[in-house]
Amino acid sequence: MSALLEVLAVGKRFGGIEALSGVSFTIARGEIYGLIGPNGAGKTTFFNLLTGVYRADSGSFRFDGKPLNVKAPHQVAAAGIARTFQNIRLFANMSALENVMVGRHVRTRAGIFGAILRSAATRAEEAAIHARAWALLDYVGLAARGNEVAHNLSYGDQRRLEIARALATEPKLLALDEPVAGMNATETATLRTLLERIQGDGTTILLIEHDMKLVMGLCDRILVLDYGRKIAEGTPALVRSDAAVIEAYLGGELA
Amino acid sequence: MADKLKTYPALRWAGLALIACALIALPFVLATAGTTWVRVTNLAILFALLALGLNIVVGFAGLLDLGYIAFYGVGAYAYALLASPQFNLHLPFWIILPIGALAACVFGVLLGAPTLKLRGDYLAIVTLGFGEIVRIFFNNLSQPVNITNGPQGISRIDPMRIGDFSFSQSEVILGLNFSGPIKYYYLLLLVLLVAIVVNLRLENSRIGRAWQAIREDEVAAQAMGINTTRIKLLAFAMGASFGGVAGGMFAAMQGFISPESFVLVESVMVLSMVVLGGMGNIWGVIVGALLLSFVPELLRHTVDPLQRSLFGRLIVEPEVVRMLLFGLALMLMMLFRPAGLWPSKVRKRELTDE
Repeated sequence: MSALLEVLAVGKRFGGIEALSGVSFTIARGEIYGLIGPNGAGKTTFFNLLTGVYRADSGSFRFDGKPLNVKAPHQVAAAGIARTFQNIRLFANMSALENVMVGRHVRTRAGIFGAILRSAATRAEEAAIHARAWALLDYVGLAARGNEVAHNLSYGDQRRLEIARALATEPKLLALDEPVAGMNATETATLRTLLERIQGDGTTILLIEHDMKLVMGLCDRILVLDYGRKIAEGTPALVRSDAAVIEAYLGGELA
Repeated sequence: MADKLKTYPALRWAGLALIACALIALPFVLATAGTTWVRVTNLAILFALLALGLNIVVGFAGLLDLGYIAFYGVGAYAYALLASPQFNLHLPFWIILPIGALAACVFGVLLGAPTLKLRGDYLAIVTLGFGEIVRIFFNNLSQPVNITNGPQGISRIDPMRIGDFSFSQSEVILGLNFSGPIKYYYLLLLVLLVAIVVNLRLENSRIGRAWQAIREDEVAAQAMGINTTRIKLLAFAMGASFGGVAGGMFAAMQGFISPESFVLVESVMVLSMVVLGGMGNIWGVIVGALLLSFVPELLRHTVDPLQRSLFGRLIVEPEVVRMLLFGLALMLMMLFRPAGLWPSKVRKRELTDE
């Protein structure tokens, strides 16, 4: 398997606090890669560096064989990385369909003049956006809810809608920030099936998650962060039995 | 009702035809009450144009612009400078109006580029300042080189003219007396129609969705790959061009402009039209513009005679009554229809929930 994302000694400081110090790892194409660690370990900081919200103090990213040079958050999606948010950030007052249609923005071209003149090319593109958005809603199991306003959807449906919207950008890497947080067992199981299907269809997934059952069951490899440092990396079985990981999660005395 | 119109397209066309006939006949009906009313209507349409332009910025993209009238001023001065004795230039209007729109558009980008990182109140304050700066420039650009003629303004601006057909002269066509204002009425109606189509098409387009997404959640919009700065600039530029066209037509119709016409109150007025009518909804915005243009005129013609007949003298100035009612209307709106008289569906959800 070739590398999709290479993280090379990435570091970030906030004043005196070293949120991430020289973290390196590689995500291979087609795998589900888990990122775990206790609260404050640097997971979200890493996520924000990757998605261009912050800029790294040191180190670099290589994505899809090229250096990932992100100067603004909107360039990340164009590069092929789509994300969801820990606290769902849908366009709450737009319909589910419109939410997904917005996701097509980065892969479509119609500009202001195309819109005003409504040229044949614009109309064709608009029809394609429409069709693709419906197909994606169907893919995540929300076809029946397409015309509903996003904030009227159930919590689990909102999570899936966020994933559909992210998939609309045609990502090579789908980065999910705690996708099952607050979900009940049934919803978690449905989402797990969906993630497996997305992986099966060829999209690489980066998963930040606290639900250990899900992470251990779903991920091909896992990286464990603690106090901004990488303390373990490997298959779920390996990570589970790692002394440093047990210490980080359960405390020194018990290890 | 909308569903009924969709199931019976004939009904829809009949309705449209009826509205079209009414709009075509309107100026002649108004002219019987006095040409003043045709002029009032023309100004109302002009304000509807402005409100539609501001609606792109405020209603679609959600950016509060308190200096919008500056673009109107830029359009008006562009027309005045290129078609008046001021520089002895007399270009035809179909060249100047696009130039005016472009000039306003450039000013829109000039204002937008450095300020669009600001949000909410901060953006509002900067745009307010910008509006004032532009007006003060108009006021003072008479020295050392006289460009705008300062507070005296520019007069004897050319009316619009196509060959021998002048929009300012009366003539009898097919037995009907077409006065200057009536001719302008039809021209304005045509421009308004174009503006409505442009607005509708923009709203339901890739760009329109991006504006809406930015308004709802800027961070999420960025994560979807929307270049928020660029898309906001587009809103500013589009809105400004509408203002530029309206300004050019204003200059041609009035034949005289001065910085007085582009004061802060005018910006507030146009914004009120958008808010009162219903942010984001094209029809609501037009209704708002027509209401706020006509009601003051109606008051002007009723308050004075009414008081004289009741008390024998004028006690309260029409202008005072106007402001009183305006304030009252805004307060009632805030209480009972916070999303406007005729809000867009999405805006209504945003402003009435929770």
